[in-house]
Amino acid sequence: MARAFKPAVITANDLLEGDVVYLTADCGWTGDIEEAFVAAEEEVARRMLATAESQHSRVVGAYLAEVSVGSDGRPSPVHFREAFRTRGPSNYFHGKQAEV
Amino acid sequence: MYRYNDFDHDFVRTRVDQFRSQVERRLDGSLTEDEFKPLRLMNGLYLQLHAYMLRIAVPYGTLNGRQMRQFAYIADTWDKGYGHFTTRQNIQFNWPKLKDVPEILDALADVEMHAIQTSGNCIRNVTADHFAGAAADEVEDPRPTAELLRQWSTDHPEFQFLPRKFKIAVSGASEDRAVTRAHDIGLVLKRDDQGNPGYEVIVGGGLGRTPMVGKTIREFLPKADLLPYLEAILQVYNLNGRRDNKYKARIKITVHENGIDKIRAQVEEVFARNRDVFTGPPADLLADIEAAFEPPEFDNTRSATLEEALNSDAILRSFVDTNVAEHKNPAYGIVTVSLKPVGGTPGDATSDQMRVLADLAERYSHDELRVSHEQNIILPHVRRADIPAVHAALREAGLATANIGLVSDIIACPGMDYCALATARSIPVAQEISQRFDELKLEQDIGPLKIKISGCINACGHHHVGHIGILGLDRAGVENYQITLGGDGTETTAIGERVGPGFSAEAIVPAIETVVNTYLAERESPEETFLQAYRRLGAAPFKAALYPDQGVKSHAA
Ligand code: SF4
Repeated sequence: MARAFKPAVITANDLLEGDVVYLTADCGWTGDIEEAFVAAEEEVARRMLATAESQHSRVVGAYLAEVSVGSDGRPSPVHFREAFRTRGPSNYFHGKQAEV
Repeated sequence: MYRYNDFDHDFVRTRVDQFRSQVERRLDGSLTEDEFKPLRLMNGLYLQLHAYMLRIAVPYGTLNGRQMRQFAYIADTWDKGYGHFTTRQNIQFNWPKLKDVPEILDALADVEMHAIQTSGNCIRNVTADHFAGAAADEVEDPRPTAELLRQWSTDHPEFQFLPRKFKIAVSGASEDRAVTRAHDIGLVLKRDDQGNPGYEVIVGGGLGRTPMVGKTIREFLPKADLLPYLEAILQVYNLNGRRDNKYKARIKITVHENGIDKIRAQVEEVFARNRDVFTGPPADLLADIEAAFEPPEFDNTRSATLEEALNSDAILRSFVDTNVAEHKNPAYGIVTVSLKPVGGTPGDATSDQMRVLADLAERYSHDELRVSHEQNIILPHVRRADIPAVHAALREAGLATANIGLVSDIIACPGMDYCALATARSIPVAQEISQRFDELKLEQDIGPLKIKISGCINACGHHHVGHIGILGLDRAGVENYQITLGGDGTETTAIGERVGPGFSAEAIVPAIETVVNTYLAERESPEETFLQAYRRLGAAPFKAALYPDQGVKSHAA
């Protein structure tokens, strides 16, 4: 039985900086998951992932990360690993959480 | 201290230049990530959860003040002002930028350091007893052997593409502080009945998914036979090691599947052939290296300074009780500097702290420092009379936590705060445990207790050999922590036993408290350590306390 597709964003690490980035609707990259393009269908997700992977001199290791979509339409991560990736480490105020 | 020879200098600089052009080609798009990844890993550069991470080899954990100061400089110039010392006696920087890495490697080469062979299926950075050259119980300094192995294995064509990574540890003392029985090969320096120097050779130990205690393959190997014998082991492994399945590729599985007797017979056969035609480094190389590791000139004047200070200073007294070990020269002590302040990240040091350590090493420890696999820093040769001054300087720098070997001296891998492979976090668990036991003011009463935490099955936090081991897992999208008890990483190595179902992130620290309280209630006397009590009692009382609802069943589980 095929599993039902869940909404997902395309995420990767920036080649130069190493930090977490998300694919936007115009096939650019953002550091903020709320600005990420949300693929609601599997076919779209596959196509966008292929686009992301083709940008190999910009990002590393693109993959799909499941999100839940709030009433305002903004995505938030489902798995705790992805939640950490939106923030940074918990022992220091470093990484994304320190950027404003 | 040992210095690189000219060959090493050229080799390291050439590698930096090669890597610089590889980075350039990656950035201009002429190398894909698939092509670049193995190259960056060969130079110690990983891509982690939030950033790149650079792992720098500290050969057998030994470094000098200048090198430590260079780490501080790197931390300030290209990172976030701190470094993380690991259970492999290495240092990691958590926030370098790709374009800066060649410069960092150049800065390392300036102080004769590099990041080669910290990754990949090669012979990794050889580890050694962190009290090497200083310990009172030492038969012989293990570092010349470790250095010989480093020279022999660096870029050795036959051993760059082993079935899996390969780790060697060397110890030369009666107490095993190098966890030799949990390495692919463990070497313990010893003497035979006639007093000739040699090694006990242990093979097939390892932690990770399938933890195994290493087995003795040779009770006594004469010193001169070391390299041909190890080559024989590696050749037998290269032939028999399973390349079909990553999880079965380590030599521990080869030894387990074939049995130690069969492996021994094969090794001895190859060794007999190899011995006379061995073309590796000549035997007198070891003698040259040994000469370079001559102990510093110790100052034997005895003084009562320390004893007088101890009488009037209770804080110093507790520091000396827990953090100072016996030196082979009675006028000296070995000072372990804890990188485990209450609530801190195990193994982290700020650049300021690194500079203080560098200064103290130069002034009071014959310019020597060691990184321990327990993620602390050692000042190996401190005159006892200087200990009050060293302690005062450490206090000033926030480095005088008196907790070595106690409940808050926790090993924790980076876990899901940094590591891309992690299944759960480990640092916050360590932070909470140390805070909790600080509140309870029980640390001294509990006595020797080693807690070790890993953020995934790879076991970098050595949880299997923790008296209390904690393994962080992902159970259906939630962090979950398994407890093992009774592990031991010393000469009486044992793999800890799992007590039962895991605990949530909220429940794990109270569960550890329950385990410790059970020990306190059950021990025969304050002299009976946690490990001794566990060996006497078994898991039953701990299970009963952790899983009260399961009644008798928990005893049988
Ligand atoms: S044990 Fe796992 S989580 Fe921890 S450092 Fe090793 S690979 Fe990463």
